Amino acid sequence: MTTLVTATSTTARPRPVADVLTMLRRSLLRAVRYPGLTVFLVAGPLVMLLLFVYVFGGAFGAGVMPGVAPGAEGRAAYLEYITPTLLVITVVGGATSVATSAAMDAAGGIMARFKTMAIAPGSVLSGQVLGFLVQALAALVLVIGAAFAMGYRPGAGALDWLALLGLFALLGLALNWLCVAMGLNSRSVESASNAPMILLLLPFLGSGFVPVDTMPAAVRWFAEYQPFTPVIETARGLLAGGAGLEGAVAAQAVGWCVVLGVAGYAWARSLYRRERRL
Amino acid sequence: MPGNTPAPAIEVAGLRKSFPTRTKKGDHVVLDGVDLVVPTGTVTALLGPNGAGKTTAVGVLSTLLRADAGTVRVAGHDVHDDPGAVRASIGVTGQITAVDDLLTGTENLRLMADLHHLGRAAGRRRTAELLEQFGLTEAAGKPVATYSGGMKRKLDLAMTLVGAPSVVFLDEPTTGLDPRSRRTLWDEVRSLVAGGTTILLTTQYLEEADRLADHVAVLDGGRIVAEGTPAELKSVHDAGSLDDVFLALTEPPTGDGSADDPATSKENVR
Ligand SMILES: Nc1ncnc2c1ncn2[C@@H]1O[C@H](COP(=O)(O)OP(=O)(O)OP(=O)(O)O)[C@@H](O)[C@H]1O
Ligand SMILES: [Mg+2]
Repeated sequence: MTTLVTATSTTARPRPVADVLTMLRRSLLRAVRYPGLTVFLVAGPLVMLLLFVYVFGGAFGAGVMPGVAPGAEGRAAYLEYITPTLLVITVVGGATSVATSAAMDAAGGIMARFKTMAIAPGSVLSGQVLGFLVQALAALVLVIGAAFAMGYRPGAGALDWLALLGLFALLGLALNWLCVAMGLNSRSVESASNAPMILLLLPFLGSGFVPVDTMPAAVRWFAEYQPFTPVIETARGLLAGGAGLEGAVAAQAVGWCVVLGVAGYAWARSLYRRERRL
Repeated sequence: MPGNTPAPAIEVAGLRKSFPTRTKKGDHVVLDGVDLVVPTGTVTALLGPNGAGKTTAVGVLSTLLRADAGTVRVAGHDVHDDPGAVRASIGVTGQITAVDDLLTGTENLRLMADLHHLGRAAGRRRTAELLEQFGLTEAAGKPVATYSGGMKRKLDLAMTLVGAPSVVFLDEPTTGLDPRSRRTLWDEVRSLVAGGTTILLTTQYLEEADRLADHVAVLDGGRIVAEGTPAELKSVHDAGSLDDVFLALTEPPTGDGSADDPATSKENVR
């Protein structure tokens, strides 16, 4: 017991940035190899966009905008009303996919392998979070493109677009951390996307598809205080070139993202540190 | 003790580990005071019936599980106080195959090389070397999801070795391997040991333990109930094979799988 092991045991310098980039690359490579989750990211909002504009839009448009006639005029008005909502839903869809992907890692044993390696412990989940953020941002471009093809012409200037990118990046980061935790918390890969599905419902229970003041009192109360209402209103305001956007609403949107993100991160971190079977 | 004896690669003393049970009050004691020493550059086989706690022991030694009591040192570092240093020295092949099914064999190995910060050129070289060594060169570019179980297992082992670990844990590494692949693995283990690597392996193929291991330790009832060289164990128990030794030493299953029977006394033939 007198001599120390001097052999090959190296105290490797931690290299968190390199490890996060490696894990991000892994996540994107997985997306290329298994495009199912990514296709779902774009297809979901696209189908909703077509359905809501071409089927419901003629009638709904007249309902959400005073003075708009049903039919073609209504459709155009509704396209303008719900495009911001569908962009938010695209970001939520990305988060749902992270949950499944994280649950796959945990179930497959590769997460246990990563945990026995001398890598930056945060890199495993960060890679997933950032990988799906990149995919969600790419999906946003496609959904905006589709809306443009359908005649959407927002009044946003360069700065508004930049702010919008910031908002969606922040929202994506927050929801991805939250959903990574939900995925790790689930019992199986199949049920990993169940909890995040609630997040997909929230835009409907807010100002996403119809104005809040048309709702009965209890629903309206919920709609006004849930996180997605200020986020959708902020996105809507920025896309309209800042028209009607209140600073307080934007602050609420950012505040919600920070709160959800920090809580999700802390939860994910503690779940990752939990004992894991080999 | 002679001054030039190198410290053992693995030192376990009084290791206890239990899991909470949902039904009954009290915990399910899996490891109930395990002592084990694995000298550097040797192969030790950890044997024991299903549910004896072999995988649990490997989990504690590889920093995945926290011990309830006892001290565990691996490669000279305490797993509790300095898990990072332990992780930098070990390679683990768990009982469940741990590969990324969506990536190709090459991509899986490169992922490991990148996480070990080998650098681009060295990473590629190491990847090619291991693919060759495990006979996976042809399948290297195919997604792992298309591999057979044995091929996945070989890739799993190759991934464990990318960082040239000084202590390697192999939890039933040859389950599902055909006889030739199994021999390839044995050769691999021998050449690693010749290079100074220490190996702790669990297996249910006792012939494998017989051929490969310098030392055998039998885990049952939460404790090491026998240890020694394969030859020693066979002669003490007057048995022709380790299978007979195993049957003589271990209790038949009690039904509830609980491992807290103090009747099995520890015996050490060294
Ligand atoms: N995370 C856990 N929670 C609860 N019980 C566990 C957990 N992990 C293992 N156990 C229990 O601990 C005991 C030992 O399990 P372990 O997997 O270590 O056995 P083993 O010797 O590796 O068996 P096998 O030969 O079948 O692989 C079993 O009774 C098992 O049910
Ligand atoms: Mg086991």
